[in-house]
Amino acid sequence: MNGNDQRWTNANLALACFALDPAGLGGIWLRARSGPVRDRFMDGLYLAVQGRNPRRLHPNIGDDALFGGVDLAATLASGKLSRTEGILSQPSVLILPMAERTTPGLAARLAAALDRQDGLSLVALDEGAEPDETLAGALADRVAIHLDLSDLALGDAPPLAMDPGALAEARALLPRVTLPDTAIAEIAEVAHRLGVRSLRAPLHALAVARAAAALSGESEVDEPDLIVAVELVLAPRATQIPAPPAEEEEEDPAEPDTPEPPEPPDDSDESTQPEAIPQEILLEAARAMLPPDLLDRLEAGKAARAAAGSAGTGARKKGNRRGRPMPSRPGHPGGEARVDLVATLRAAAPWQPIRRQASGDADRLHIRVSDIRLRQFEERSDRAIIFVVDASGSAALSRLAEAKGAVELLLSEAYARRDYVALIAFRGDGAEVLLPPTRSLVQTKRRLGSLPGGGGTPLAAGLKGALEMCLLARSKGMTPSVALLTDGRANVALDGTPSRARAAEDAALMARALRARGVPGIVIDMGNRPAPGLNDLAREMGTPYLALPRADARMLSRAVEGALEPAG
Amino acid sequence: MTNAFPFSAIVGQEEMKQAMILTAIDPGIGGVLVFGDRGTGKSTAVRGLAALLPPIMAVAGCPVNSARAEDVPDWANLKDSGLIEKPTPVIDLPLGATEDRVVGALDIERALTQGEKAFEPGLLARANRGYLYIDEVNLLEDHLVDLLLDVAQSGENVVEREGLSIRHAARFVLVGSGNPEEGELRPQLLDRFGLSVEVTSPTDIDVRIEVVKRRDAFDRDRASFGGAWRADDMALRGRIVAAREALAGIEASENVLRDCAELCVALGSDGLRGELTLLRAARALAAFDGATSVTRDHLRSVAASALRHRLRRDPLDEAGSTTRVARQVEEVLG
Repeated sequence: MNGNDQRWTNANLALACFALDPAGLGGIWLRARSGPVRDRFMDGLYLAVQGRNPRRLHPNIGDDALFGGVDLAATLASGKLSRTEGILSQPSVLILPMAERTTPGLAARLAAALDRQDGLSLVALDEGAEPDETLAGALADRVAIHLDLSDLALGDAPPLAMDPGALAEARALLPRVTLPDTAIAEIAEVAHRLGVRSLRAPLHALAVARAAAALSGESEVDEPDLIVAVELVLAPRATQIPAPPAEEEEEDPAEPDTPEPPEPPDDSDESTQPEAIPQEILLEAARAMLPPDLLDRLEAGKAARAAAGSAGTGARKKGNRRGRPMPSRPGHPGGEARVDLVATLRAAAPWQPIRRQASGDADRLHIRVSDIRLRQFEERSDRAIIFVVDASGSAALSRLAEAKGAVELLLSEAYARRDYVALIAFRGDGAEVLLPPTRSLVQTKRRLGSLPGGGGTPLAAGLKGALEMCLLARSKGMTPSVALLTDGRANVALDGTPSRARAAEDAALMARALRARGVPGIVIDMGNRPAPGLNDLAREMGTPYLALPRADARMLSRAVEGALEPAG
Repeated sequence: MTNAFPFSAIVGQEEMKQAMILTAIDPGIGGVLVFGDRGTGKSTAVRGLAALLPPIMAVAGCPVNSARAEDVPDWANLKDSGLIEKPTPVIDLPLGATEDRVVGALDIERALTQGEKAFEPGLLARANRGYLYIDEVNLLEDHLVDLLLDVAQSGENVVEREGLSIRHAARFVLVGSGNPEEGELRPQLLDRFGLSVEVTSPTDIDVRIEVVKRRDAFDRDRASFGGAWRADDMALRGRIVAAREALAGIEASENVLRDCAELCVALGSDGLRGELTLLRAARALAAFDGATSVTRDHLRSVAASALRHRLRRDPLDEAGSTTRVARQVEEVLG
């Protein structure tokens, strides 16, 4: 069977289920770049939610648009307070394009609105290109259906058709669909074995199963409906590959850092013996839906979780809420900006005589929308310190351990300094992001628990990883800087060939690229004897060079802290 | 919010429920911080708590829910001062709320259209005598955190901006929740929460099934589900009200005080807030249990909640705070 076809069939099914009960399902998270396939999906979506009041949001939507606010133009013109109605005040299907750019503030508001359960649902269109550009976790957890249509060929995605008559029938049937008690237990257990921690997921799965049953004209949820629910809701959320039944006793090797103990075969299994078979069928369905690269994606997903919550906090350098005050600017007061009253009056003052004459009303202060001035502040954006650590050779383990200690020490002060810390290790023939930019000590401990070491020294690959992370961090509004920890004998080139000369050349190239992007940093030589090549590399990077043989975590964090202290 | 999920129908998460009940008995304990995974019932518990709390008497129309007519701030311009019964306020502070929304600000519309200098009260005013709930508190903007700290400590909100000079009472119990993987909380704010609990997704399959079953039943038919649990909720409310009355009469012996102090010294918690909270929480628990004096058992059950967030953070120590507290409790209390 063609995997792409399966994805499109599922998308079709998802839309039909969503059409029946948008609010009950919470919504859809669609991961796909903008393109013809997504357009076809959206055409189908609009067909599916006809009459459900679809509304488009944008990631920077203000509070007055969401919750309603004062219509300033009308208010000033009439001299009476007039208000606009907010988007969230009536039941509708919210469509959120560029969902990966959603700020934590908007995500929190939308999540709260979805929690109210008064008829709102959300279709999040996630166009993230990188694995860690993704929908905020608070929203992803609250929408039932997760779809990934990225890289789907247009040929595999024929236009979607919705039969309004059949949908109306199914919708009428939905409230009468009953659920056998065993279904709840099965879904909960399957979710557990797929490593789905959140308890919202099984509830979403039940809602989807009900919708699927109604679609097929059944008044009771049956096995095929549960399979649909597992495919649409549980499989995309899986964090571990369920062990086949024969190996159930063994510790699942898929995710060693999950503290969950292997599920002992408890006595509920005995009592519900006849149900054990459908459960295997469900797991089989889930296994078929699990993407082959699940483990890679899990890593990416974890990175995304770390990034999602923080995307955009302090992103703007020119804010309108805090920081050093700057001159006011004209504009429309939205949810976040504050009106600078004095500047507004000053702007309106010269026009008063003319306006009084024009309106014939001599008593009132005449203020027009164009007079409104907003406050503006300047703030310093968050720093992201990227450790690039040489994990090659024999000294790797101790060096990594000290680097890890330095990361944790820096993080323990991060709350005061608004720093993010990341760690990239390079060894063998490539570099690996061990810790995406984070402020969380908890996450750091979890992810840096075991560090691999040994092999060649692909210095260039490490720097390349750092450069990519710098660009990503900048796009999120952070100010990245790089701390390179090595003993300085690059011997693996960018393409993985073990050639000392090519390796040094590539490393110099990447160093220049970093310098060209204006990334500040420091090169720390941890070898027992200083390596002259590193001094040159530091010069190429335009950064200071520091020889610290046998440095420990505290020395390292102090050195990095000192070298990267921003001026002013 | 009508028809919240009944508090007593929440499966498991005993520590979180206990912490919330204790602050309901003695608001002086000073707030609860709930840290844990998504979808573990953090917000459900807070919203359920609102329905559980006994109603308060407040002056009708008062923006800060004053209990007596003379407490109503003069900027409210209230004519009559009749008392009405209203539910204990539980106010959400959404992430990304502006300072204006939180502390209140000049009412721009009235200023521009009618030329009046009027104060538009913010969330802090509405939360007075109730609860202020912040979801994802660890992602809250720093300047808001500072502001909340200040108000929570003084119990008074002072607004000095745009030509306004206004102060009003803002005594509330701060309830924060968040996911520690997304960021830490500054120790200054941590310390301000009286109790802190860690919640995790239940790993026991039967518990998970029960959670899903109840929630599903609730979603299918809120009214009848709420009705079925109403008696339990009311019984709990009765115990809370009784415990509030009994609270003043609960004795704490010299030995118990000594235990508190020893525990805090052994853990090296900063300041004396640890001892005070530990004692208050233990006393509230004793009142809830219908005991006449605080015992070691009470201390033991609240020690983790009251102390785990007050330990000095050692980034190089692998053991979590919870285990450190448990170890010391074992040593000191035996």
